Amino acid sequence: MGNLSLFLQHLTNGISLGSLYALIAIGYTMVYGILRLINFAHGDIFMLGVYLTYFGILYTAIPWWLMFIIGPALTGVVGLLLERVAYKPLRDSPRITILISAIGASFLLQNLGIVLFGGRPRAFPVPHILNHVVKVRGVSINVITFIIPVVTILLLIGLNYFITKTKTGMAMRALSRDYETASLMGIDINRIISVTFFMGSFLAAVGGIMWGARYPQLMPLMGVMPGLKSFIAAVVGGIGNIAGAVAGGFLLGLGEIMLVALLPRLTGYRDAFAFVVLIIILLFKPAGLMGSTQTEKV
Amino acid sequence: MLEVMDLHVNYGGIAALRGINLTIKENQIVTLIGANGAGKSSTLRAIMGLVKKSKGQVLYKGEDISNLPTKDIVAKGITMVPEGRRVFANLTVEENLLLGAYTRSDHKAIARDMEKVYSTFPRLKERSWQKAGTLSGGEQQMLAVGRALMSSPQILMMDEPSLGLAPLLVKEVFEIILLLREQGNTILLVEQNAKKALEIADYGYVLETGQLVLEGPGKALLADAKVQEAYLGAAR
Repeated sequence: MGNLSLFLQHLTNGISLGSLYALIAIGYTMVYGILRLINFAHGDIFMLGVYLTYFGILYTAIPWWLMFIIGPALTGVVGLLLERVAYKPLRDSPRITILISAIGASFLLQNLGIVLFGGRPRAFPVPHILNHVVKVRGVSINVITFIIPVVTILLLIGLNYFITKTKTGMAMRALSRDYETASLMGIDINRIISVTFFMGSFLAAVGGIMWGARYPQLMPLMGVMPGLKSFIAAVVGGIGNIAGAVAGGFLLGLGEIMLVALLPRLTGYRDAFAFVVLIIILLFKPAGLMGSTQTEKV
Repeated sequence: MLEVMDLHVNYGGIAALRGINLTIKENQIVTLIGANGAGKSSTLRAIMGLVKKSKGQVLYKGEDISNLPTKDIVAKGITMVPEGRRVFANLTVEENLLLGAYTRSDHKAIARDMEKVYSTFPRLKERSWQKAGTLSGGEQQMLAVGRALMSSPQILMMDEPSLGLAPLLVKEVFEIILLLREQGNTILLVEQNAKKALEIADYGYVLETGQLVLEGPGKALLADAKVQEAYLGAAR
């Protein structure tokens, strides 16, 4: 295998991992954009998404491909309920209170996962069609590595359409700017917030399923690291900005894979890479790559 | 058409409104004047359900709307242009107008009203694809009024529409208010510019530290010695 094909292999791996970070990061950034809240439980929602789908495939007659849609939808509902239970009652409280509630929700979901699902790792039942190696010009790649970016891009196109073209998407953008005036337009704020949580959780679950297909080991704490890194991706891109979250996700995914590939001696620092990027960005561009300091004209 | 009875509002134990009574009749311009902090904005915000009423009632066409959420009050046909315009800077002019019609679903009627707003404010049409944040202050005020009109309101409440505008634009704003009344709208106007407001108002109320101290037809208040002294800067 030549150097070029090896590089291409790393590149596809990086894009694939970056796609997953991007999908999870969108949930962080959308919720932040509207509630100014870092939803620390988002990584655990990602974990729940994988488990729900896992149990659906194993213990029901529902075919796996349908479960790949039902699982995220159920996860979306869980995300929506989480907001209703843990965040909505605190909406008028100081921001730190709701942040602590988010951290609490995260621990709760993790421990609930351990109690309900057991701490022992489970193997995700990856359908063969998604899990075989193909050779393209001498580069051998697992098909899932291709599927992940394609699914991600399709979801991003859909999301972009939703945000820019639909009435609910417009209301979402208005709400991210000015709550009170949005309610003066007759916008049902609670509904828009619910939709936001549903969508963020749905995307995280889709990311989770693809994560499970790629690294087929399920654990109740599996959401912690991807959640943390995706949160960093959202901050690096400029939190509150969806395009920024996607860019941050790809940057981190590619960077992490390339670090391991090009400097194998630093493999042990793989997880530290994201934090180094975060520190550098916060030092030189605190608002993130695409974050803007908003100016208002009077 | 709109009746406010014995309205009280407290902010953290401090009484902002202490028993306000207002009557707004159809197709009238009613104005609420008073000094800074007298409770003018609080009155509008309490009617819209943006702040909690500690006591009192708001009747709209005889129906008690005191405890409805803001979105339902808007859907019933009461709209407010907030102080400081508050356009959605990150949305285009057209999107801002469409959001004004958020509670409506008749696309044909919405398109018709959009044309009407554009013909009242041709500047907005020229800039329909621009982000609202790039408009000048006067244009943003027009957008805020246009956006409110898109909800096809029965009652339009305006909070300090002339604030921070150049004198020429202030004149324009008041001309627009008169035009809106001619088109059949009912208007509740809160203004610091008491003289201009009373000149166009059918009826006026004077607020002082959360209480009504005076009311009457606009012209009568304009001629009132106490009003002249306190709000119109007339010499003793």
